[in-house]
Amino acid sequence: MKFLLIEDNEDLAHAIATRMNLDGHVVDHAISLSDAKAFSETVDYDLLLLDIMLPDGDGRDFLEHFRALKKDTPVIVLTARSQVSDRVSMLDLGADDYVTKPFDHEELQARCRAVLRRKSGSTQTTVRIADIEFDPVAGQLSISGSVIKLRNRELRLLEILINSPGKVFSKQKLFDRLFSYDDEVSENAIEVYIGRLRKHLEPSTLTITTLRGLGYRLDEH
Amino acid sequence: MSTSDVNVYGSLRNRLVMTLIGGVAMLTLLSYFVIRNYAAHIAVQSQDSILRASVTSILDAAALRDGSVEIDIPYAAFSMLGTTTDDRVFYVIYQDDLVLSGYEDLSLPKDRSVTETAYRSTIYRDVAVRQVSASRTLIGADQRTIITASIAQTQDSLDDALDEISENIAIYGIGFFCLAVLLSIWVSSATIAPLKRLADSVARRGPQDLSPVAKPVPTEMVPLVSSLNHFMERLERSLKQSEEFIAEAAHRVRTPIATVRSHAEMTLQRVDKEENRQALRSMIRAIDETSRAAGQLLDHAMISFRADQHDYVSIDLVEITEDIVMRLRPVAEMKDVTIQLNTDAEVILLGDSILIQNAVRNLIDNALKYSPSDSVITIEVRKQPVTFIAVQDQGPGFQTHEMASLTDRFTRGENASGTIGSGLGLTIVRDVAKAHDGAVELSNNPSGGACVTLSF
Repeated sequence: MKFLLIEDNEDLAHAIATRMNLDGHVVDHAISLSDAKAFSETVDYDLLLLDIMLPDGDGRDFLEHFRALKKDTPVIVLTARSQVSDRVSMLDLGADDYVTKPFDHEELQARCRAVLRRKSGSTQTTVRIADIEFDPVAGQLSISGSVIKLRNRELRLLEILINSPGKVFSKQKLFDRLFSYDDEVSENAIEVYIGRLRKHLEPSTLTITTLRGLGYRLDEH
Repeated sequence: MSTSDVNVYGSLRNRLVMTLIGGVAMLTLLSYFVIRNYAAHIAVQSQDSILRASVTSILDAAALRDGSVEIDIPYAAFSMLGTTTDDRVFYVIYQDDLVLSGYEDLSLPKDRSVTETAYRSTIYRDVAVRQVSASRTLIGADQRTIITASIAQTQDSLDDALDEISENIAIYGIGFFCLAVLLSIWVSSATIAPLKRLADSVARRGPQDLSPVAKPVPTEMVPLVSSLNHFMERLERSLKQSEEFIAEAAHRVRTPIATVRSHAEMTLQRVDKEENRQALRSMIRAIDETSRAAGQLLDHAMISFRADQHDYVSIDLVEITEDIVMRLRPVAEMKDVTIQLNTDAEVILLGDSILIQNAVRNLIDNALKYSPSDSVITIEVRKQPVTFIAVQDQGPGFQTHEMASLTDRFTRGENASGTIGSGLGLTIVRDVAKAHDGAVELSNNPSGGACVTLSF
């Protein structure tokens, strides 16, 4: 999917963009409101990530201007403010959701997904690979016509694997993507989700291969 | 602020009332004496004119016959002096310097002139009397003699009349004084009224209302009101500045923290060595703890601030809870936690919506933090038997011995050791409950897991 990230801190923007790329999204980066206006007028984005304090103005003004143009692209605000009233005013101005800095990248992803799901219909997000169709936004997996609704961790696990078929992911890496840092779970918990996913994929030609000591890989037969 | 904090010096209203009453009292006393004096003067004048008439009639009756003076005192000369009281009359008649008749010891004023009638108040036989003396020159054949008549009358009846008049003046004076006191109280209340109205309108303002006073005020209050307006303008400016400062400071701090966190997360995706990964995880946890504590400290400060304001409106607890659940659902989904919401159609209560939102968010946040994967959080919002919201999770629950202290500031349960938190979540909930005369109750489910009930 195509995201527009409006953030003046280049370090943070770079980190977010790299991370989004890793999840298979394309990210354009605007460092000011004027850039953001230029970008958003020429390209149709699936989602906007908007910082509030920018060198040439307030992100909320941009939001108002953007909504006044009758654009209904979902907007998630990245805010450093934590006052409830601030958050409320952002939602009133037409933001679909917000995250407070610093944010958990997985949470940002989850919020993006939730917002896109709410506005679905406008975006086509289905990934086709082998004989399956996978819609990460709706969390649906269809194998030759039959539709399975995936639980969230199964969905994220499949998303990671499907974005790089044939690539080996270590257990630890998958663990860090799926669990938050304060979850009191052992890394072996990942095996539970691999097991569930294997069960779902059974009717298809896709299999998850275990490479002892190395990790897991998505293969097509 | 209560009135006890104000250094009170006197009261404008009392001062005004006292000044007016003092003025009226002085005027009343003054007019009493003036009128009494005037009445006495008039009474003496009328006595004088009667005495003079009496003296004149005696002198008129005097005649020089064959070289000797003859006076046939007319009856009317004394009868006209008759009064209801027992006033005594003394008289003396001189021919030149010889007493012809009457009281020899009734002396004449020394410095009187022969041609004019003399009036004086004097003491005769230890009694105050009014004395009128007049002379007449009788001219006969080569003879010329001066007849002087003097009549003195005691003043009992005059004093009685004067006493009666004084009594009347006093009664009228007291009546007038009472009326004036009532009037002055009314006048001072009317004068103070705009000041009171101003004070009321300032006191009735909402805590956020720092707009200038717009209502018309009397000229004398313009300096006060304009400095009040200036003061509020300055206050608003400084509040705005500190708000902006906090926002700016939060931005300056949180943005770099966010950068660090994002980089740490990214790096974690790249490195393979377990000890490096462990270090990065601790780093991220420390970052989360910092930002969460900062956020909750701000929230806690805001709650202490708002709890004093009692900015209460009627709110729907169900609607608030639904909004927060919708907002937290993506986070719950990340752990595959299902949030179940069982509510009445509408649960209305009187409260500060920002405070209630904060408390509900903290309750659900807490439940989410301690919920294991693939579990259920059950939220009940009901109006019977009392208005309450209960949040139940399937986590480790509370240790029985620490339930009482968990709502204290910065206290965290033993079961919380593995979870990021500031120890302020339940404190916030408790403070919000206190501000609404409510209560927080911690319990454990029989089937495991914690249950926190916030009732109003």
